[in-house]
Amino acid sequence: MKVLVPVKRVLDYNVKPRVKADGTGVDLANVKMSMNPFDEIAVEEAIRLKEKGVVTEVVVVSIGEAKAQETLRTALAMGADRAILVTSDAKVEPLGVAKLLKALADEELPGLVILGKQAIDDDNNQTGQMLAALTGWGQGTFASKVDVEGDFVTVTREVDGGAETEKLKLPAIVTTDLRLNEPRYASLPNIMKAKSKPLANRTPADFGVDIAPRLTTLKVVEPAKRSAGIKVADVEELVGTLKAIGVAK
Amino acid sequence: MKMLVWVEHDGATVKDATLSTVTAATKLGAVDLLVAGAGVGAVTEAAAKIAGAGKVLVADDAALAHALAENVAPLVVTLMAGYDAFLVPATTNGKNIAPRVAALLDVMQISDILSVESADTFTRPIYAGNAIATVQSSDAKKVISVRGTAFKKAAAEGGSAAVEPVSGACDAGVSTYVGSEIAKSERPELTSAKIIVSGGRALQSSENFHAIIEPLADKLGAAVGASRAAVDAGYVPNDYQVGQTGKIVAPEVYIAIGISGAIQHLAGMKDSETIVAINMDEDAPIFHVADIGLVGDLFKIVPELTEML
Repeated sequence: MKVLVPVKRVLDYNVKPRVKADGTGVDLANVKMSMNPFDEIAVEEAIRLKEKGVVTEVVVVSIGEAKAQETLRTALAMGADRAILVTSDAKVEPLGVAKLLKALADEELPGLVILGKQAIDDDNNQTGQMLAALTGWGQGTFASKVDVEGDFVTVTREVDGGAETEKLKLPAIVTTDLRLNEPRYASLPNIMKAKSKPLANRTPADFGVDIAPRLTTLKVVEPAKRSAGIKVADVEELVGTLKAIGVAK
Repeated sequence: MKMLVWVEHDGATVKDATLSTVTAATKLGAVDLLVAGAGVGAVTEAAAKIAGAGKVLVADDAALAHALAENVAPLVVTLMAGYDAFLVPATTNGKNIAPRVAALLDVMQISDILSVESADTFTRPIYAGNAIATVQSSDAKKVISVRGTAFKKAAAEGGSAAVEPVSGACDAGVSTYVGSEIAKSERPELTSAKIIVSGGRALQSSENFHAIIEPLADKLGAAVGASRAAVDAGYVPNDYQVGQTGKIVAPEVYIAIGISGAIQHLAGMKDSETIVAINMDEDAPIFHVADIGLVGDLFKIVPELTEML
C-alpha cells in the first residue's frame, strides 16, 4: 500500500509572528520557515507504517512556492521515498489544495492519505476533511492512534471530552493530532541521501482544477493587547483582590 | 438570508457552543436548527426552546448516530438547497463535519470566526491568534465555523420553534463508530465554566496536580484545565488541554498555576475576563497577560489560598 503525505512550509513554530505595518499579512521575509509541525507527525506516522511492513511507499507532496522543495527534502531525509512539488506562487486555499490532492490521489492511488490536522499559519483545519469529501473516503480526523489491519484502518480521535474510535474502510484519510507520535530528526547521512531521492515538479495547470481563491483577506491586524496587571505580594493580598472582584466571598 | 445551524449534542442535551453559534447566525439572517442523530427526542425538545430559532429540522436515523461526518455531510448538503449559510460551533465535531460539507458544496469554509462584519465579511484568528484577519467570501453559499467564546450565548429557554422531521439520511458505508472514552466529571465543562483553575509542568507529577489544583478548583466550583506541557508529561488527560491545539476558553476568571505562558497556551485563554497567575519565575510570559500576579512557590501558595478562600 502506498501512503500520500501532503506537507506545508510555514513560519517556524518558534518564531513569533509579526503583523506587517501595512496590514496585508504576517511578515515572512527573512524569517525561519519549517515544515508544519502536524505534517511532521504525518510524515513520521507514514514512515512508521512502512517500518512495520504495512506500507510499501511513502510519497510526500507540497503545494506552494519553489522553496517548499526544502520542506520536501526534509520529509525525504526523515524517510519518505519520493516527493512531488506542485509549484504555485499564488496562495492556494484549502479547497484548492484539496482539489489538487484529489487529482494526485487519482494518479497515485494511495491506500491512505495522512495530513496534519491544521497548518499553524492559517489555522483552518479543513484540507483533510475536504479531500475526504472529494474522494468520498472515510475521514479519521485528529488522530492519536492509527492501526491498519486488512482493508480497514482504526483511528482513535482526540475529541472534546476524551477520545473516540472509528473504523474506516481503505482507502481513507487520516489527520494527525499532537500526540500521535514524536517525529524523528533526520540524521546527517539521511539528509545527504535525501538529495538524490526523486522529486517531481508539477504545476496546478497539469491537473485542470479550479483553484481560484474564494476568500479575500481585507486586512490583518494585531490582536487587542491586554493591559499590564498588578502583582500582589502574598496570599493574603491575593485573597483580598479576588474578594474585591467577586471571585471569593 | 436563511441560516442553518448544526446543533452540537451528546444525545441527551444541547451543548453550550450551539448557543453562541445561534447568536453569530442571527447576525446574518433567520436561523433554523438541524438536530441530527439517533434517538434525539430530548435534544429536539431542548433545541426548540432556544431563543431565536425559527424551525428545528430533525433527522433521526441510525446512520446519524455519533455524528459521523461521512453520513452527516451529504444530508446537510441536501438541506442546503434552501439555505444561504451553514454554521457549526468550532468544536471537534463541528470541525470534523463542516469542511466536508463545504467541499461537497464547492465552498471555501471560513473557520473559527470571531465576528460578523457584514453578510460576506468576517474576522478570524490566524497564527494561533497572534494576528486577526478580516476576510471576505465570494461564495454564494457560506460554510462557517464559530468560535464559541467570541459570541454571547443565545438564551436556551424562551423560544418555541416548530419541529419538522427531515428524511434522506443514509449510511455512506465507509466508516463505523467503534467506541469512545469520555471522561465523566462532577466539575463544570472547561468551555462553559465561569472559573477555570489550570495547572502546568511546574506541578511536577500527576499526584501533585490532583493534590494541589483540584482542591482549589472544587472550593471555587471551577473547571480544571492544563497546559500542553502538563498534558504531554502525562499529569492529566488530553481533554484538559487549553491552548491553540486544545480548547479555547474565555471564563470570567482563569487561574494559571505553574504555567509559564507559551504562546500556544496564551492563544487558548487570553480572552478570559480576569487572569490570575501564580508562578515561581517572575519573568514568565504569563505575567504579561495576567491581571493579578503572585510570584512564589505554588506548593506553598496554592494550599494556603485554598485554605483561606
